[in-house]
Amino acid sequence: MASLTITNIKKSFGLVDVLKGISLSIESGELLVLVGPSGCGKSTLLNLIAGLEGITSGEIKIGNRVVNSIRPKDRDIAMVFQSYALYPSMNVRQNLSFGLETRRVPKTQIEETIRRVANMLQISELLDRKPSQLSGGQRQRVAMGRALARDPVIFLFDEPLSNLDAKLRVEMRTEIKLLHQRIKTTIVYVTHDQIEAMTLADRIAIMKDGNIQQFETPQQIYENPSNLFVAGFIGSPSMNFIPCRIANHGQRKGVFLETGNGRSFFLPIEQSGLNLDPWIDREVILGIRPEKISHGFPDQAGNPQIHEIESVVKVLEPTGPDVLVFVNINGKEVTCRANPNAVKPPGEPMKLMVDISKAVLFDPQTEERIGK
Amino acid sequence: MHNESSQTAMYQTPGAIFGRVIVYTILIIAVIYFLIPLFVMIITSLKTMNDIRTGHLISWPREVTLDAWKEAWGTACIGIKCDGIKGYFWNSVRMVVPAVLISTIMGAANGYVFSKWRFKGSETFFSCLLLGCFIPFQVILLPMASTLGRLGIAQSVTGLVLVHIVYGLAFTTLFFRNFYVTISDDLVKAAKIDGAGFFKIFWKIMLPVSIPIFVVAIIWQMTQIWNDFLFGVAFSGSDSQPVTVALNNLVNTSTGVKKYNVDMASAIIAGIPTLFVYIVAGKYFLRGLTAGAVKG
Amino acid sequence: MADLSKARHKGFFDYLEDAIPKLVLAPTFLAALIFIYGFILWTAWISITQSRLLPNYKIASGYKITKKALKNMGHNGVPETVLEELQALEKRALTNKKSRFLQNVKKQIGLEQTHKYKELILKHSYTRDPLFQYKKLFNSDRWLVALKNLLIFASLFIGLCIALGLLLAIFLDQRIRSEGALRTIYLYPMALSFIVTGAVWKWILNPNLGVEQLVRNMGFAGFTFDWLVNSKMAIYTVVIAAVWQSTGFVLALFLAGLRGIDDAIIKAAQVDGASLPRIYRRIIIPSLRPVFLSAVIILSHIAIKSFDLVMVLTRGGPGYSSDLPATFMYAFAFNRGRLGFGASSAMMMFFVVMAIIIPYLYSELRKTRYA
Repeated sequence: MASLTITNIKKSFGLVDVLKGISLSIESGELLVLVGPSGCGKSTLLNLIAGLEGITSGEIKIGNRVVNSIRPKDRDIAMVFQSYALYPSMNVRQNLSFGLETRRVPKTQIEETIRRVANMLQISELLDRKPSQLSGGQRQRVAMGRALARDPVIFLFDEPLSNLDAKLRVEMRTEIKLLHQRIKTTIVYVTHDQIEAMTLADRIAIMKDGNIQQFETPQQIYENPSNLFVAGFIGSPSMNFIPCRIANHGQRKGVFLETGNGRSFFLPIEQSGLNLDPWIDREVILGIRPEKISHGFPDQAGNPQIHEIESVVKVLEPTGPDVLVFVNINGKEVTCRANPNAVKPPGEPMKLMVDISKAVLFDPQTEERIGK
Repeated sequence: MHNESSQTAMYQTPGAIFGRVIVYTILIIAVIYFLIPLFVMIITSLKTMNDIRTGHLISWPREVTLDAWKEAWGTACIGIKCDGIKGYFWNSVRMVVPAVLISTIMGAANGYVFSKWRFKGSETFFSCLLLGCFIPFQVILLPMASTLGRLGIAQSVTGLVLVHIVYGLAFTTLFFRNFYVTISDDLVKAAKIDGAGFFKIFWKIMLPVSIPIFVVAIIWQMTQIWNDFLFGVAFSGSDSQPVTVALNNLVNTSTGVKKYNVDMASAIIAGIPTLFVYIVAGKYFLRGLTAGAVKG
Repeated sequence: MADLSKARHKGFFDYLEDAIPKLVLAPTFLAALIFIYGFILWTAWISITQSRLLPNYKIASGYKITKKALKNMGHNGVPETVLEELQALEKRALTNKKSRFLQNVKKQIGLEQTHKYKELILKHSYTRDPLFQYKKLFNSDRWLVALKNLLIFASLFIGLCIALGLLLAIFLDQRIRSEGALRTIYLYPMALSFIVTGAVWKWILNPNLGVEQLVRNMGFAGFTFDWLVNSKMAIYTVVIAAVWQSTGFVLALFLAGLRGIDDAIIKAAQVDGASLPRIYRRIIIPSLRPVFLSAVIILSHIAIKSFDLVMVLTRGGPGYSSDLPATFMYAFAFNRGRLGFGASSAMMMFFVVMAIIIPYLYSELRKTRYA
């Protein structure tokens, strides 16, 4: 039985359509991430699931109950906010027990729950402090504790890590992942950070302008983005988009890459299930991730999908473990990843190996992926 | 943005030192200008009428006496009664206390609704209420007089209380609404999910953090209502006059010998409550003033 | 795990819960509707009637020779010659006193003609004039004096308060020791009632025993200071007292404004080599423009409403030489039993205030759209 089923949800504020028809469903114990740029509607969707706003049309089911007109407190959900929203005049213990007290849970059960939750999140020593006496990370844990204490069917997280500094954010991300593995709760998690989405999600729903662009596992989205937006949104540094033309060259179909100084290289594109016949002589956009253009793939000698090209190095950006090499292909700036010992200085040409087995092609007009 | 003085660095040149001397001089002159009336008020009230006639404004009393004070409080003639100002002082107290309490509490509830439970038309309503802060009260005097008469509370302290509540609501609502807007909406959302309803959220979450704005609102209302004269003179009868109206009558009396020391003593008595509040909680008083000025 | 069976769909109590916020606002809504907007309309209504001691809810009406009246009389047989004579009466105000009207007619066209055409004249010159009280108002010398005084008072009051307030704020901003104490001293007059302030200044400016006596005692034997009872200078005493009371407020506003100016801008100007007075003149004061605006708006509001101070200081006197619209209104509406007339002056005050406040509020609210 699906834990959460959303069917054709639409939401308008006055004349503005914020959600234009969202449908998805998640199973019990899944962690769904809603990710997208600001204004895409992800927080609105979360508020609708919580019942904090009313839907314009559509249906939301939690379990097998339609909850459209049920109040937030009766939907059996709990929410963790970006601003933590801890009650400032109450101490941690009271913050944790507030929701239980309103539900008339017996006192002994409340105490037992608080003890259990505080242990799990390691906040037992903080129970008598007020929120103003806690650090950012501690407040975040208390906010999660408040949600855990309620033991709901679905947890809702609204950009919970956005207020933390970078280092703390990485730590808390891992903690949330561990927590999810331990207690296997159903979570809907909203963020604008694609790294959080990739690391935490069982499945990701990428949203833009009130619509879901793609709804699949992180790996699937990474390797098989359904359109230009998704491809560019996920992955850092982002995927390279190279404008090319599909050409027939000696019985093979592929693209020409012009790398400056008059040099041009032909890359055949042969993927199972991909029929390029309708695209001969037409403009397409070649999508290829930076890590697939490198100085070499030492453990892949003999792989027919790896081809050599040469281009002039424009800029080098060392990142520590590797170096980002910026070159120019077909008039576009292209990012490549290489070993620090194998790069040439800016201004000099460098040999690059291109692995086009995972490359994707997009229709420049519709921005859809070719051959889905 | 910074919170301290925007003073530009001054090097210790002779020009700079001269500048500072000028600044301090002017500021001290201003201090004298502001304090002199208070000083005059006090020493005049401690003199005898003889002393006043033969001395001058800032001459030290030849003999310090509290007779003027006793007379002001208990025997001065105001209107046809000669019981001093004390009765009217208590009228003001009886008027101020309920009016301040009720208008503040209602303002808090209203501010809560306007900031956290908005609905269609609530912002428009708020704007209309805001406008009500600004109307010259001359424009409601006549209808209000008529209405108080019809309700049977004309010329009574109760009538004054009603008037002050009604016309104080706009200000208190403004204070609270602007304050609650700064409290994160997420708090209310979290409480709703936790199962709390309208009143529980107000009682357990909003009110505990509202102490500062309560103080501001109470001080503002108390000062406005105690110091009011227009409503007092228009709507009170000889028994229900507040202390401001009584003071005016006393100072402008056309019968009998003018007793300036009694006038001054009465003025001090009338001014002490608000002055005391100001000295004790001046910071909140200032917040009320500037909150009223910087609207929205 | 919560008991799912307890959850139910929206019932009566849920709708009641939705209504609670509106119920909470309801008393205030009613109060605003009745006591603010309703009362304004009521006063407006009174101002177009001829109410005197008691409200009379008929629109002001009476007898007046108007062009329309003359035309109708002509159509109904009144001869041209008579009409020409009657034209001279056009500038006379409406009057509901039939006898007085007829007397004036008699003076103009003679007893015989009046008698002949009496019915026609009366019938066609009976007219309603909602603006009756307003016309009377602007024909009233006392009202014009009140308006003139308001102009004098407001411009001096606003000008001096702002000048002094700004000056003191700038000086106070120079990292002065005991700034808090100084600020407390400058601001305390705001805590006093205008009546208390007026009482004190009435004593200080007392013609015989106040400032005059003091200065004489200091050696200037011939010094006089009788402004309080001098009909030309009385209004200026009100200015003095009002400025003393309100400067502190303007000071507080400007001080807050000065404190809000970004330090970096001033440092940049210093690096550019500007001197302190120049920095103040060219950078700091212009960036205080919103504060100037707020101060002017609020001070105008106080000036127009000024009633307390005048009543205690001069009672509008001597005579009515220091009258202001607020005291004018009170005198006629409450003391002299001319409700309609007083109401029209109240409405004029209302219109002026609204003309200033509404554009200001509108522009402020547009800026901060706290939806």
